[in-house]
Amino acid sequence: MLQLRPILSTLRRHRTAALLIVLEIALTCAIVCNAVFLISNRIERLQFPSGLADGELVYASTHSIGRDEESPANTRIDLAALRAIPGVRSVAIVNEIPYGNESENTGLNLAPGQKAPTIEVSTYRFDVGGIDTLGLRLVAGRDFKPDEILDGREVDKSSDPQLPSAIVARAVAERLFPGRDPIGQVIYLWGDHPTRVVGVVDRLVRPQPRKDDANDLYSVLLPVRQTFNAGMYMLRTEPGRREAVLQAAKAALDRKDGRRVAGDSGLFSDLRGDFYRADVSMVWLLAGVCAALLVVTAFGIVGLASFWVQQRTRMIGTRRALGATRGQVLRYFQTENLLLTSAGIALGMLGAYAINQWLMTQYELPRLPFPYLPLGALMLWSLGQLAVLAPARRAAALPPAYAMRGLAD
Amino acid sequence: MFLYYFDLALRSFRSARGLTALMVLTIAMGIGASMTTLTTFRALSGDPLPGHSDTVLRVHLDAARRESASPGREPDSQLTRFDAEALLRDRHALRQAAMAGGEVSVEPAPDAPGALKPFTSSARYTTADFFAMFDVPFLFGHAWTAADDADKAAVVVLSKEFNEKVFGGADSTGRTLRFDNGDYRVIGVIDAWQPVPYFFDLNVGRYRKTEGVFMPLPLAIERHLGNNGSISCWGDNSTPDFRALDAPCSWLQYWAQVRSPADRQAYLDYLTQYSAQQHAAGRFERAPNPRAHPVMEWLSVQQVVPSDVRLQLWLAFGFLAVCLVNTVGLLLAKCLRRAPEIGVRRALGASRREVFAQFLVEAGTIGLAGGALGLVFSWIGVWLVHRGTQSGAQWVHMDVQTFVSTFVLAVGATLLAGLVPAWRACDVSPASQLKAS
Repeated sequence: MLQLRPILSTLRRHRTAALLIVLEIALTCAIVCNAVFLISNRIERLQFPSGLADGELVYASTHSIGRDEESPANTRIDLAALRAIPGVRSVAIVNEIPYGNESENTGLNLAPGQKAPTIEVSTYRFDVGGIDTLGLRLVAGRDFKPDEILDGREVDKSSDPQLPSAIVARAVAERLFPGRDPIGQVIYLWGDHPTRVVGVVDRLVRPQPRKDDANDLYSVLLPVRQTFNAGMYMLRTEPGRREAVLQAAKAALDRKDGRRVAGDSGLFSDLRGDFYRADVSMVWLLAGVCAALLVVTAFGIVGLASFWVQQRTRMIGTRRALGATRGQVLRYFQTENLLLTSAGIALGMLGAYAINQWLMTQYELPRLPFPYLPLGALMLWSLGQLAVLAPARRAAALPPAYAMRGLAD
Repeated sequence: MFLYYFDLALRSFRSARGLTALMVLTIAMGIGASMTTLTTFRALSGDPLPGHSDTVLRVHLDAARRESASPGREPDSQLTRFDAEALLRDRHALRQAAMAGGEVSVEPAPDAPGALKPFTSSARYTTADFFAMFDVPFLFGHAWTAADDADKAAVVVLSKEFNEKVFGGADSTGRTLRFDNGDYRVIGVIDAWQPVPYFFDLNVGRYRKTEGVFMPLPLAIERHLGNNGSISCWGDNSTPDFRALDAPCSWLQYWAQVRSPADRQAYLDYLTQYSAQQHAAGRFERAPNPRAHPVMEWLSVQQVVPSDVRLQLWLAFGFLAVCLVNTVGLLLAKCLRRAPEIGVRRALGASRREVFAQFLVEAGTIGLAGGALGLVFSWIGVWLVHRGTQSGAQWVHMDVQTFVSTFVLAVGATLLAGLVPAWRACDVSPASQLKAS
């Protein structure tokens, strides 16, 4: 620390250059801290579980031309054909699936005639056994009973459908009945007819999750049987047989007699992958920019330090002649770099905070958690030390006699 | 003189190859990143209706229930069928059209190219003025008329792509197209027409290909053809048919064209008056609260440009800033090291101005090289954007303007970066430098 004074006085003579490197480090620090935070945010979003058995599901759909044929008989034939495919464990038909385009939502009330709904939920229409097929985990209560199931066409035509029962996601139960047993509670969904909660599933994400909070988990299962025009077949397969099952399912639905058009089909995990593709590429982009920023900054430090070493050859020579060791010369440049980086980091922290404030207003981002700041500082300190190592070692290696005469090269 | 400075610059680059390459590369990376994101941003935020985007208005009325009102928020952006038909009847604007997105199952004729199987196509149900209001170019035939709307004529207009798929690109006017168990006569084929963003109905996809089939809305309503887009109902009980005239459901987009931007206020007054009437009649529970947004204002209210694209733009310019600061630092260091050389030049009679000019030329040359390489990087960047996941990416293109602005930005930025070093260079005192060496 004895060397601080000569370092400071040297820097004072190279004010502009020193200021520039401090500015560069500050900008890099501010941007990288926020970029890394954005990356971790996106990764968190990517890991938001669906609640389904993602890796074992295949979806397939079809509809009749004009969608005028609403035959439950044809739906039963489809279901039987799909169940007969080797490698299929079970098949269900639902109105909407996570990451799909269809989404049915409604307000949920806790009292009849309530003016503004308590929460807004997505309504999944399930038949008996649908919970098992999709891989949902029932944590309380029971599945639907066959006598509770309504016909989807009747529900859509009726102006006043009566739902006997519903199964809610855990997030809904915790929001509506905190600390109480949700089984047996009454909710109101499409009108003023009471609907009894008969079960709770651990987790079921809404079709288009966006903000990754409890809101995205407000799902309710209704005992309604869909027909193929208004539904999506979900096939639970044995591990490793999804591709074969998908091809077989498409063939099974392409019936020559019925005038039909093939709908969407694919592996459920691919559907999820597509839904998050933009986030994945954003993560790579942010990571790429961070890497590029760090590399550019490192080269900036190397470049400037190299010049300073050349410029101060005479000074180094004098110090070596007066008894300074190589280690001391090395440490001189390292300390100088530490000082510059520290100043840059201090400025960069302020910048990081300011950028974060701005991002919070623009992108519904949370506040930058504190640990990012020391981590960012550590990263830049290491970067600075690494970058200055080569020029500093070159300086330390200068033979005093040469250096005295100013012959750096 | 300029050539001499240029020659001096090249010499100086040769004496510090690695450093020069580093500076050029840094500038090029910054320029490449910012030009790529800027090109993307400009493509996705462009004016989809150049020439009259300021006279074409998106109409909102506030017809929803009182208790769901939240002050200060934009009213529902779609209209009920009742209101859309009432406004269409009034014909208060120069042109007006109501519309909705749809989906139809097409059964191609037996002679269709490649023995086409039945397939689903996107469709748009709208009224006659749509084509004139949105400047839709026709390849064959023409649009339908208001009389066709009123008569519920079974006519369709096809997109160019759809016509190629089903009729092999031939003039299909007069031919019959069968979909959803009905027969329709083709009366027109649209030429290449791709609004970016797909401004008139953002709910069917903000950046999407032009829909395949266009047909009169009244007929589509009567035949219950499949709807695509957002439907919002606010009745006390669930409504069995959102298409019914009295259904409390908003699902139609409504656009009106006024003669000049100055007529917008008069049109808004008319909408207020209409809302007041409906309020008095008890249909609207809320006080009149209409909107008439011109196209670009509508796109900005809807925040149509994806937030990720904005973020990328800021990120790229942040990166460019770091690259520039880096270049200033390196140029400065380089010029300080050349103080003895400057001393000699000054002693031999070069004026401060000449030294200043010499260093600016040197910086500008680096900028030019950085710009050229940056252009290559931008091309690679745009290529990556095309392969990427951003919807609408296929419409991102480098144009002459981008090309020119790349160079202006690169040279301008390095000249700016060269100012400090050049100023420092011309400040070198010849005597002390000569003595020192």
